[in-house]
Amino acid sequence: MSVRLHPARAFWRAACDTVCLPHGGRLPASLVWLLCGLFTGSTERVWAAVDYLRDVKPLLTQECVKCHGATQQKGGLRLDTATAALQGGKHGTLWRARDAGSSLLVQVLEDRHTEISRMPYKRAPLDSSAVALIRDWIQAGAAHPAQEEPGSDQHWAFQAPRRPSVPRGFPHPIDAFTRQRLATDAILPSSEADSETLLRRVFLDLIGLPPTRDERQLFLADRSPGAYERLVDRLLASPHYGERWGRWWLDAARYADSNGYSVDLPRSIWPFRDWVVRALNSDMPFDRFTLLQIAGDLLQKEELPPGVDPNDALVATGFHRNTQINHEGGVDAEQFRIESVVDRVSTTATVWLGLTLACAQCHDHKFDPFTQRDYYRFFAYFNSTENDGHATAANEALNVVELATPAEKAKRDALRASQTLEDADLESWASQALRRRQVAWEGALEAPAKAKFSLPLQEALSTPVPLRSSGASNRVWAAFRDQHPEFQARRQTLLGQRKALPKFTTSLVMKELPRPRETRIFLKGDFTRPGERVEPGTPAVLPASPSPSSTNRLGLARWITAPENPLVARVLVNRVWLQLFGRGLVETENDFGSQGSLPSHPELLDWLATEFVRTGWSLKRLQRIVVTSATYRRSSQERGDLMDRDPTNRLLARQSRLRLDAELIRDQMLEASGLLDRTMGGPPVFPPQPSGLGAFTQSDRPWVVSKGSDRYRRALYTHLQRSTLHPALTVFDAPDAFQTCTRRLRSNTPLQALTLLNDPAFTEFAQSLGRRLAAGEDLSDSQRIELGFQLCLARSPTPVEEERLVAFLATERAQIPDPGPGVWTRVGRVLLNLDELITRE
Amino acid sequence: MSLESDQTRRHFFSRCGLGIGGMALASLMDPGAMAATSASRLAHLLPRARRVIYLFMAGGPSQLELFEHKPKLNALSGQPIPDSFLEGKRFAFMDSSFKNRSTLLGSRRTFRQHGRSGMWVSDWMPHMAGVVDEVTFVRSCAADLFNHAPAKLFMNAGSGQFGRPSLGAWVNYALGVESNELPGFVVLQSGPRGPRGGAVNWTSGFLPSSFQGVPFRSAGAPILNLASPEGVDVAQQRRLLHAVRDLNLSRQVETGDPEISTRIANYELAARMQVAAPELADLKGESEATLKLYGCDRDKPSFARNCLLARRMAERGVRFVQLYHADWDSHGGPGQNIEEDLAKVVHEVDQGCAALIQDLKARGLLDDTLVIWGGEFGRTPMGEVREKTGRNHHIDAFTMWFAGGGVKAGAVVGTTDELGFNAVEDRAHVHDLHATILHLLGLDHKRLTFRFQGREFRLTDVHGEILTPLLA
Repeated sequence: MSVRLHPARAFWRAACDTVCLPHGGRLPASLVWLLCGLFTGSTERVWAAVDYLRDVKPLLTQECVKCHGATQQKGGLRLDTATAALQGGKHGTLWRARDAGSSLLVQVLEDRHTEISRMPYKRAPLDSSAVALIRDWIQAGAAHPAQEEPGSDQHWAFQAPRRPSVPRGFPHPIDAFTRQRLATDAILPSSEADSETLLRRVFLDLIGLPPTRDERQLFLADRSPGAYERLVDRLLASPHYGERWGRWWLDAARYADSNGYSVDLPRSIWPFRDWVVRALNSDMPFDRFTLLQIAGDLLQKEELPPGVDPNDALVATGFHRNTQINHEGGVDAEQFRIESVVDRVSTTATVWLGLTLACAQCHDHKFDPFTQRDYYRFFAYFNSTENDGHATAANEALNVVELATPAEKAKRDALRASQTLEDADLESWASQALRRRQVAWEGALEAPAKAKFSLPLQEALSTPVPLRSSGASNRVWAAFRDQHPEFQARRQTLLGQRKALPKFTTSLVMKELPRPRETRIFLKGDFTRPGERVEPGTPAVLPASPSPSSTNRLGLARWITAPENPLVARVLVNRVWLQLFGRGLVETENDFGSQGSLPSHPELLDWLATEFVRTGWSLKRLQRIVVTSATYRRSSQERGDLMDRDPTNRLLARQSRLRLDAELIRDQMLEASGLLDRTMGGPPVFPPQPSGLGAFTQSDRPWVVSKGSDRYRRALYTHLQRSTLHPALTVFDAPDAFQTCTRRLRSNTPLQALTLLNDPAFTEFAQSLGRRLAAGEDLSDSQRIELGFQLCLARSPTPVEEERLVAFLATERAQIPDPGPGVWTRVGRVLLNLDELITRE
Repeated sequence: MSLESDQTRRHFFSRCGLGIGGMALASLMDPGAMAATSASRLAHLLPRARRVIYLFMAGGPSQLELFEHKPKLNALSGQPIPDSFLEGKRFAFMDSSFKNRSTLLGSRRTFRQHGRSGMWVSDWMPHMAGVVDEVTFVRSCAADLFNHAPAKLFMNAGSGQFGRPSLGAWVNYALGVESNELPGFVVLQSGPRGPRGGAVNWTSGFLPSSFQGVPFRSAGAPILNLASPEGVDVAQQRRLLHAVRDLNLSRQVETGDPEISTRIANYELAARMQVAAPELADLKGESEATLKLYGCDRDKPSFARNCLLARRMAERGVRFVQLYHADWDSHGGPGQNIEEDLAKVVHEVDQGCAALIQDLKARGLLDDTLVIWGGEFGRTPMGEVREKTGRNHHIDAFTMWFAGGGVKAGAVVGTTDELGFNAVEDRAHVHDLHATILHLLGLDHKRLTFRFQGREFRLTDVHGEILTPLLA
């Protein structure tokens, strides 16, 4: 469906959407403009026959029912059912079947009525495609059911999902919904992708790594029923599953390993990253996953879900500590505290509710029923933590958890206390045992030895003892003491002990104040202009918590995952769908409000949402349902017959080709070249990156390349420095972690080509791949080429492809005086630059 | 909505039968035609400038030592600033160094009037003094944020929050990339260090990443990963590219996905960039006279050399060039006093700026190139005493200058009060400057929007008035 837009906005939006094609890529900007230029204004409608319930009613409900529905009947008119609309109001019936031009509804929409103002009254007009849709429907006879549920003026997404009955005739519920939809337009779905493609697809989608040769053989050899389902189960049980989907969640969490703002110091919050991976691997129910991240710190020990480590409950709150921390001097600390709170509000609203609540920071929401007061009541939940937006030594130490058991910490503290004692002991021992020998030492000092001392010390020594200042005395004493072998030995022991003090990993956590901070509405969003005081609360338009709960983050977390919440499950299943198909059932995955797009398959969305909750908020079960559907398994080949009818594949007659995420591109190359180190978790690593990147930043931080196989870890573990993200990640659209990211762009640029062609890291991968291809004595060129395709693309080459690489090999050999195995590095470079390698087919 | 554009795209391919790869290549051969198409389609208004060279003086230059002649300030030097000026203001380092030391500080510079326009310029800028008749000084600039990093973001992206697209990204997004062998937005850097915040200053934010600024490095290969891997010569790289292209093409036939054609086109573009960018950075074709005009060396990195590179980029169709020069932060600490330390920084940029204007003019490029000079804010009329004397950050009135495409030549816009504290006439807030810059490029700042997180975003948010006195 098309929502109404101003022509200019529609144009811009069309332009943007071309640039970030939902199915995976982009044109060079210049081309985009050319194409937009040539084709703006062409038809927008893609579906054959207009259906009242599917096409017209949602439009009328969204645009008209607020004033012409159950609550208000302006002009005596209701449009919440077709029968009521036909009955009409004081100006008579709204339409005459097969005569759109003289129908009242069309006239007021097109502003052609002499008495009635253009509708929707005092709002932007419907865009031409929406009006055309209504015209077509009337012209075709305005068919509508005799009985229908009145359209509610409540926005669809704010009403609880109702579990629809699954259309009959298909073994898989998802297919039942998508096939039913396709059938109304008489479109046949594409056939299933071939086994090799499907195998690679589901590997990339579930664990983010390509199938190994063994896994491929295992799968292709298994002809028994359920082979694919068993493969899916194996993948969902793989520890790499948590890495693949962990990265997906970390986008939403705006995770990075540095503090951001201009100083951008490194931070330790990787335990949160590892917690996410573990939680997903254990298929932690999403409601619990939510509760811990929003309010894990507020759970009493006895409230912790079974099996949850108390430290983990704190680490999980790192979700909202992925906000930036400013270290700049001379700033107003309160300003940056507020910035963090603002970020937490908009991130929570986007990630869990799919709402643009941030729009109400400065004024009431322009389109959705959220007031500025709603905003600040929501804000109040997050307004009572320690100031963690501006760093001082004190608050930095406060707002972390040390990853140790209470016993370990107690032991460390005891040890530390005893050492402090010994420090003093050492001093007192020295002054008792050594002090009297100082005079002798001074007397024995010879000129050359003295000359080596610092100037102040020389000065002190040349001053007679009674005339020495206390500073000078101390200086001489310290010099004497420090050179004394016995003192040195004792001090060495002490330092050794201190070094042996256990150091625990820390992670940033939320820390609630003992007493909540007062929250006031900020006039025009300006924190220097506090207005009326508000208490924590959830948006009035959404169902309140059924049971009275605490007015802190814990209460908020419980409200979010309460069964009454109409948004969370829908928003979440939609984002999972987005990952697996390249676009959501609701295309505006971060806006389920009135300005967002309507779901392409509303019943499927609601079925998935209710199923998700019914099966215990299990992400793995949800993903299993989706990837075992025929809808997911279809070929991604473009279809000429659908270019006009469903160009963007909203009806899901086929799958889509999707360019891989930045991290997965690196991971594919590492795996293909045999370099991948599959170690999981731990502090971030520093794979090689081009030098001199920091020259364009305030402080050029050294990037000390990790040693050994840490160079070859999955990109999930690459250190993420906000101001200078690793360029191979940025160039492939990895998010900058300054705000939440619920959908990545997929650009297609020349700088990407330069990276794959020339970046030293990728050259290293090619060399390693070349060595793999050259290894083994008795392989033919064809066999090696086959191997290369298997390693990189998990398939055999076509005859055309093989022929081309054979020719390439011949040319390259002719260029090298003594063509050794090195020529296979060149083949490796070709393979690592193929579009297919960085694409999920 | 995307339905339309995607459909048209496929429709287009099926019609032309050529595949978008062929289309892209064909169009790239004739960039002029392409640019004309996109511009005529997109520009909301008649453009006065086609490209921008933005000289960003990172740290905040003192207008009172350069372009703002305030005899009254000199007369009152040493006296406390009247309270009426301070009401409701917030300053950086408010507690430690401001409240007790807010006495006015006269400028020690000598100001003279120059050119037919009689423009006031201090003795520190002899070269700029020579080109004042080409320049309009906006003395009434104002910003919202007084700390470097957020203020720089604000000046670049209209918001102090990280993650918003910068001006250069917006402009390329709107007008398209003009060059067929160079990026549309290039960033150069000179001085002791990069600007605070780094890459966020030229980020594409939520716009597609192809519109972000590409740092051009002063040593080695100018663009990251531009050089072929060690030991790979041009011929070998070309053979590799051909093999990749052929295999990608065959995949495109298999899948029918036009995205592959775009990738093929981007590999071609990358290959051209490999040739064009080093050629651009190589100054051996520049005459001695030109080098002398700029006062720069062929190889040694400097601001002046960056100015020359900017001219070469303008000639080659780079839409937006941004030069950062640090460090103008004259608080009075070590290396930061407004006497010799600041003099050094001014000296580093004076000749390059003037030369750029003269050179662009001589080559007929000044007419459609907008040159912008300014920092993220200016400095206070009050002195700041640390080890030596300096001035604090000041956002209520500071000077920027504009030259070239569509702006007046030899004029002043805006006036400040007699101490130079507040803008009293034609206040030019950052949002207004952005609106005006876009206007000069033929873009209506209210219509240049991008939908992100459920909202239409603008560079100017909900603000911005065009500064008509600046327009020619």
